[in-house]
Amino acid sequence: MNAVVQAVRRHAVMAVGVLVLVYLFLPVAVVVLFSFNDVTGRFNFTWQGFTLDAWRHPCRVPGMCEAVTASLQIGAIATVVSTALGTLLAFALVRHRFRGRESTSLLVFLPMATPEVVMGASLLTLFVNAGVATGFATIVIAHILFTVSFVVVTVKARLAGFDSRLEEAAMDLYANEWQTFRRITLPLAAPGILSGALLAFALSFDDFIITNFNSGNTITFPMFVWGAAQRGVPPEVNVVGAAMFVLALLCVGGAELLRRVRTARR
Amino acid sequence: MPERSGADGPALGPRDLRLVGLRKAFGSAVAVDDLTLTVPAGSFFALLGPSGCGKTTTLRMVAGLETPTAGQVLLGEEDISRRRPYERPVNTVFQSYALFPHLSVEENVAFGLRRRGRKNVKGVVAEMLELVELGGFGRRRPGQLSGGQQQRVAVARALINEPEVLLLDEPLGALDLKLRRQMQLELKRIQTRVGSTFVHVTHDQEEAMTMADTIAVMNAGRVEQLGTPRELYERPVTRYVANFLGQSNILDGSVVEVRGNETLVDVHGVGLLVPGRLGAPGSTASFGVRPEKALAVAGDPTHRDPALRNAIPGTVTDVSFTGLSTQYVVRTPWDQELGVFTQNAGGETLVRRGDPVVVAWRPEHTFPLAAGTGAMPDDEPAAPPVMAPVSS
Ligand SMILES: Nc1ncnc2c1ncn2[C@@H]1O[C@H](COP(=O)(O)OP(=O)(O)O)[C@@H](O)[C@H]1O
Ligand SMILES: [Mg+2]
Repeated sequence: MNAVVQAVRRHAVMAVGVLVLVYLFLPVAVVVLFSFNDVTGRFNFTWQGFTLDAWRHPCRVPGMCEAVTASLQIGAIATVVSTALGTLLAFALVRHRFRGRESTSLLVFLPMATPEVVMGASLLTLFVNAGVATGFATIVIAHILFTVSFVVVTVKARLAGFDSRLEEAAMDLYANEWQTFRRITLPLAAPGILSGALLAFALSFDDFIITNFNSGNTITFPMFVWGAAQRGVPPEVNVVGAAMFVLALLCVGGAELLRRVRTARR
Repeated sequence: MPERSGADGPALGPRDLRLVGLRKAFGSAVAVDDLTLTVPAGSFFALLGPSGCGKTTTLRMVAGLETPTAGQVLLGEEDISRRRPYERPVNTVFQSYALFPHLSVEENVAFGLRRRGRKNVKGVVAEMLELVELGGFGRRRPGQLSGGQQQRVAVARALINEPEVLLLDEPLGALDLKLRRQMQLELKRIQTRVGSTFVHVTHDQEEAMTMADTIAVMNAGRVEQLGTPRELYERPVTRYVANFLGQSNILDGSVVEVRGNETLVDVHGVGLLVPGRLGAPGSTASFGVRPEKALAVAGDPTHRDPALRNAIPGTVTDVSFTGLSTQYVVRTPWDQELGVFTQNAGGETLVRRGDPVVVAWRPEHTFPLAAGTGAMPDDEPAAPPVMAPVSS
């Protein structure tokens, strides 16, 4: 009896942990599993048998691969631009004392706090009034707009813990301004910048609401899935989802591996 | 070895470091005020002062990390005040070490050489790590080292560049006493070996005394006195220095007359002799004597030693035995407390609490203090900053 209580005590934390993980990963597991489903009807809701068809020919669903391509392009451009802008902004906010610094800091939060529906609708109003035709470009503009804040917040957090004496030490050791940035500032800020970029890409690739308002004739992947859901989501959508998941895992795993190799070499 | 000597001509030894009228104000707060001093080439120089007196700011101006509000930093005849930090043959061991956390110990130490385009630094780096006794630690990260080891990496990282001037900003402040003593000797040894000029900042007077050839005592952004440890101890010229380095009995009186090379000063009715000519009769005069130079004796002290011509009567109020010495506190008729340290050499006559005694010393052991340097309103040292264990 006592032994049972002790065993429960010892493994309680473990058990709760496992349950939470199951809760988190069950939906992902379903996505992956149903990408192998041999669908006969319109709906991919019940397990009907194993097939690799969807993985072999993901582009046979009309319009899906075009939508994925559009999303990847938009995500890439928005990520590059918002990471660059957000990083500069974060540096300015953390490193420099200028008039309006406090208010800028607050304003940066606004896009995150605004409900997406409101932001999407307002942007559309703005584009229409300015006579800008909505499409690929307006989606990119909208995505940069709402991802910049996330980059700023992430990079700022990293810079806040940054000891500026390290840069002084570098200058004292014959590194000029550029070398100091390249050898000290950038490597130390890089994890923050990278997380900001990944977050920006994930947000952009994922966004439906704001995009839906400002997309014109362009169809992104989330919009495609939304449209397809009316008729029944094909397993090829699950293939894209599963592929994204695996890609993310590879990125994280690769980064960790690289870090370990570097530490070991040094 | 570095390009520096190539650029400035070969075999250029270290030059004197001179600070001329150096001043730094942060807004209305003056951190360093009209500082002028010369650090002789190749010397071990200590800047000694309580926390907040402007030591770090002074070093930062020499390193180029702070722009002086006024004044110049000169190396030999060359004005380096306007040069960028990386253009100065000066390296710093920072108060907090400031080691690069993302680089290995080796890469930290090699950093300066690499920035100046040196190839094949491995051998030199290994040698330098040996010098600071960190042979096998090259591949570790700074985060994996103890405080003392990090400190030695910081020294190695600066020293490997063979700077003309090495600035050390309280590098031993974070270490425990034993390691401190060990590192003090170590730094002194390294300095003798490499021959660079070392400017060592500390708020620990004992550290400054044991390590430095020359000490500048700083107070509130100014240099109070500059000299060898012995000069500063035997002939302090201000109350501040007299109390900051060791203990002092300080007396105030008025000049009675100048007799040859001595001045007779009246202190509450007691006539005392002070070397030198202190001023016109009637003018105020201050002077001091170290507790270990004084004796507390019952009866006439000149019977013991005719040279003990200065004598103040009093009553013993406290006796403490420290092993090395016995320390007495004697209260004068005007209620001033004087300290007397008697070395425990054997054969001393015992004096007990409550005994009437005479505090006596030789006039030549008296040091006159500059009048008007009223940095200190009373005989107390600047207690709060002196007591602060670690500076900012
Ligand atoms: N960047 C700064 N801005 C404002 N005041 C400063 C700055 N740096 C130092 N001070 C002030 O200058 C004085 C001297 O500081 P510091 O040189 O660090 O003293 P120390 O090294 O002797 O402890 C202190 O009163 C400190 O508050
Ligand atoms: Mg300091």
